[in-house]
Formats: sequence, structure tokens, C-alpha cells
Amino acid sequence: MNGVPLVAYLLVGLFMFTIGVVGVVIRRNPIVIFMCIELMLNAANLTFLAFARYMPSSNVAPTGQAQAVMSGQMMVIFVMAVAAAEVAVGLGIIMAIYRLRQNIDIDEMNLLRG
Amino acid sequence: MFNFPAPTIDWVIIAPTMIVSITGLLALCLEMIWPKRDNTWIIGVSLVGLIMAAVSVVAQFSYPEATTFSDTVIRDRFALVMQLLLIVAAFCSLLFSESYLRDKRISYGEFYPIILWSLVGGMVMVTTRNMLLMFLGIEILSIALYVLAGLSRSESKSEESALKYFLLGSFASGFLLYGVALLYGATGSLDISAIASAWPRADLMHQTLLVFGFGMVFVGLGFKSAFVPFHQWTPDVYQGAPTNVSAFMAAGSKIGALAALWRFLEGAEGMKAIWMPALTVVAILTMTAGNLAALVQKDAKRVLGYSSISHAGYILVGILAHFAAPDKVGFGSLAYYLLSYTLMTVGAFAVVSLGANKGKEGTKFEELRGLWRRSPFAVACLIVFVASLIGIPLTSGFAGKFMIFGDALKANLTVLAIALAINSILSVAYYLQMIKAMFVDDVEGDEVIEKRPVSLGMTTVCALCAGGIVAAFIFTPVVIEFLVGKS
Repeated sequence: MNGVPLVAYLLVGLFMFTIGVVGVVIRRNPIVIFMCIELMLNAANLTFLAFARYMPSSNVAPTGQAQAVMSGQMMVIFVMAVAAAEVAVGLGIIMAIYRLRQNIDIDEMNLLRG
Repeated sequence: MFNFPAPTIDWVIIAPTMIVSITGLLALCLEMIWPKRDNTWIIGVSLVGLIMAAVSVVAQFSYPEATTFSDTVIRDRFALVMQLLLIVAAFCSLLFSESYLRDKRISYGEFYPIILWSLVGGMVMVTTRNMLLMFLGIEILSIALYVLAGLSRSESKSEESALKYFLLGSFASGFLLYGVALLYGATGSLDISAIASAWPRADLMHQTLLVFGFGMVFVGLGFKSAFVPFHQWTPDVYQGAPTNVSAFMAAGSKIGALAALWRFLEGAEGMKAIWMPALTVVAILTMTAGNLAALVQKDAKRVLGYSSISHAGYILVGILAHFAAPDKVGFGSLAYYLLSYTLMTVGAFAVVSLGANKGKEGTKFEELRGLWRRSPFAVACLIVFVASLIGIPLTSGFAGKFMIFGDALKANLTVLAIALAINSILSVAYYLQMIKAMFVDDVEGDEVIEKRPVSLGMTTVCALCAGGIVAAFIFTPVVIEFLVGKS
């Protein structure tokens, strides 16, 4: 990763995050929406790792460097675990809906309104 | 190269969380030993566990502030009080669950462990200033609630609400997480207090990171605490989810999210000039939009959903008053208001859950007709809850609103104070509609529901909440002193 500046990683992260947000807003299939949410989480992960790798250039005291780097990397591990848990629950909910009405289109979820 | 010291653990600080999670495990084991039996033992164990956790929280009130797990878990008065409120919310929601789940024909024993673990998530959230733990807490709280919202598997509405809650909830945590990533990049630490020290010496790039990061975090937490413009999911989800789950969602997840917001604002106090005007607008919009939309609702649970939005607005006023004048306004009125909010919301949901019959939800106004004849005591208690939600004197809702009003004036937030007063008057109309529906007799053609005995748990939760509301009004200074200590 020599020569690649921090900003490049951040921009890729921001780009992924934006794709995720736009996808959630415009797509109609819950599974695709959910994939877009995963994209958002992974954009955050990429940002964490980029910041962790380039941490020495930020405004942290020299004694706290190791801890600063570690906490960013740890966060990524936890986020991946949480995302896995979300997948399990989310696909379960989508399955339950499919069993009820043989269809998971978001536009037909209109029972709840007032 | 990197020496990792094992953290020292102060077991007393994490005792309440541990007790609740172990109780959840025990309850799950009981369910596995006697599956499909009646859930009396599971409920018993859960309630005893919650009481023990509450005792272990209150016992720590006299302890000094401390931290453990390398400064990630903290014990201060705020954390303890919020934990206690969360436990009260879960306790009251559990009390009336069994009879309701039976009426809905979904009395799965797994409900109890899952709601206990959801509570654990909330308790983790409020006892930390570390963004990693806060994120984990939010996720534990929410993922458990996604499951519970879809508990009624054969009912389309319940599944729909679960999917909506799930998609929007994880969308919101995506924002929160990205915000945390930006804050981490700017401060080099996951501790919220690092924001406060990083802000004054930040150059333009770091300032941008901090502001954007904080904004993203606010979007994430705003979803969870149902602030306008992130509130649309609330009435839908509250209406579709089983009523006891909505009760815990309304009370528990709101307490967690608002407490987390409090911690973030504490860290971001340096950039007050930027967020204070934005949050003022959000508070006014939240109060007004919640109340206006509630006026046209025809379903009691939707009304309560919108009312919880406007209450989030009132609470935000209390929070802003503290940060506008930190030395004059403490968190006393916030804690008091959250306590009374918990009691009146959970109580109101409990009474509304009486509409459930033969596996159906029955919370539309026309389905609630004649509830007065069927269960007079519960409806009498509902009058107390609604009076408190409106803010009529002799109830804690009035005292809480009055104190937040006073705080806002003390902090020179006159606009917010006026908006709060106007909204309280506005809210009278739709609450009265709900009450009226229950007193109207059955109309010809309605399905006649025979009078059933109201369960012991339901009577207890009504009595507890109604009694608590009146007692909290009479002993307001005592309650506040209990919550925030002598000042």
C-alpha cells in the first residue's frame, strides 16, 4: 500500500457508503436492500482500517499510538460479527414473510398505515 | 511489539448486566427442559432476576464513580439511574406478557430470554462512553427486538413490522457506524470523551471529520429514539409488533438511545454552536409532527406510537436545556421524565393489549368499544396513564413536563418552552378519542366478546404503573433526590 494516500481509501469508503444509501432508498427487494446495508457497514469497516493504518499521521499522543491502532482494528472484528448476526435475523424475517405470502416485494408491505 | 495487559475487572460494576444475562440463560434452559409447558416458571425466574438486578443497581448508588475493563465500562449516577429505568421498563412489560401472548396464541417461552437479552443491550449502552461498546449495545438491543417484533409469525402485520424495523434499524446503525468511523479517524480513539479534547486543537480537516461524524451518529441515534425526520417507522412498527414488545420498544429502546445521545452530546459540547440550533429545530418538529399526525389515527397502538414520538421531543427539550446551561440544569428532570414516561407508556400499552382476543390484535378504536364493561379496573388505570401522558396535574407526567418547561426557561430556550406548552394542549384531543372509544358501548353488529377475568399480571402492572405515577407526583422531590442524589 505504498504510495496510496489515506484520502484514496476514505473516498472509496465514502463511495461505497453512498452506493449503499442510494440502494436502500431506490431498490424494492428486501434482500437487495439488505445487501446495500451490508455495503454501508463494510464502507465503515474500510474507513476504520484506513484510519487505523494511517493513524501515526493523526493527532494522537505518541504513547497512545498502539492503542489507537488496535481499537480501530478491533472495531472491524466486532462489526463483522454483528453484521453476521444481523444477516441471520434478517434472512429469518424475510423467510417468515415469504412463507406467509409467497412474495417479498416491499411495495406490497402496506398493511400498516394510518 | 504490542503488549496487551489483561484488563482488571470490577465485578460489582457489571453485576446488574451479568445478572440479567444469566437470568436470560436460565430462562432459556427452563424452556428447553419443559418445552411447550406453561411459562410460569420462566416468568418467575425472569422477574426474580430483574428484581435482583434492580437491587444490585440501587445498592451501587452510594458507591463512588469508577471504571473497569480498561475504562470502557463506567459507573456514575447517570449510568445507574438509566439502568434502573431500563429494568423497570422490562419488568413492567414482562408482567402483562403471558396473558396477552396467550390471547394472541403465541405464548412461546423464548420470548422471555430474548427480551432479557435485549435489556442487556440497553444496559451495556448506558454504562459506557466507548463507541465500540455503545455500538454493540445498540445492536444487541435492536437485534433482539427485530426478532420479537416478528414473534407473531402467522400474522402478516407482525412480520411486516419486523421487516420494516429490521431494514430501517440496520440502515440507521450503518449511519451510526460510519459516524463512529469518522470520529475515530479524527480523534484516534473510540472514547467519546476524546472528542471533547480533540475539538479545540483540530485543524479544518479534523473539524470537518468531527462535525460529519457527529452528524452521522446523530442520524443513527435519531432513528432509534424516533426524532423527526427519522420517525416514520415508529407508528408502523408499534402497531404491527405484539403489544408487549411495543411497550418495551417504546420505553426501553428509547431510554437507551437517549442516554447514548446524552453521552455523545457531553463529548461534543465544544461544538455546541453547531448542533444546538439544529437540535432545537429537530425538537420542535418532533413534538409537533408527532402530535399532529396522532390526531387522525384510528388505532390505539398507532396513537401511542405517535405519542411516543412527541414525548421523545419533550425529552429532547430537557436534554438541550441541560447542555445550554450545564451548571444550572442537571439530569434530574430528564431521569424523572423518563421514569414517568416508562410507567405511563408501558401501562397504556398493557391496557390496550386487553383488546387481543382469539389470536387477533383488536386495537382499532371500533374494536376497543365496550372495553370499559369488560375490564373496568384496567380502563380506570388507563385514565391515569392518559392523564399523565397529557400532563394533567396530580400525575407524574405533569410534574415531569413542568420541570422540563422550567429547565428550558432557566436555560433561556424560551422558544422550546413555548412549543412544549402548545403541544401539551394539542395532545389532549387524540388521547381523549382513545379513552372515548373504550367507554362507548358495543354497536349493533359488533362481535360480542364475553367478559373474561383479567390476569393477575395485568392487574399488577396496572396497579404498579398507576400507583407509581401518582406516588411519583406526590413525592416528586423525594423521587428526584433518589434518582440524582443530594446536590
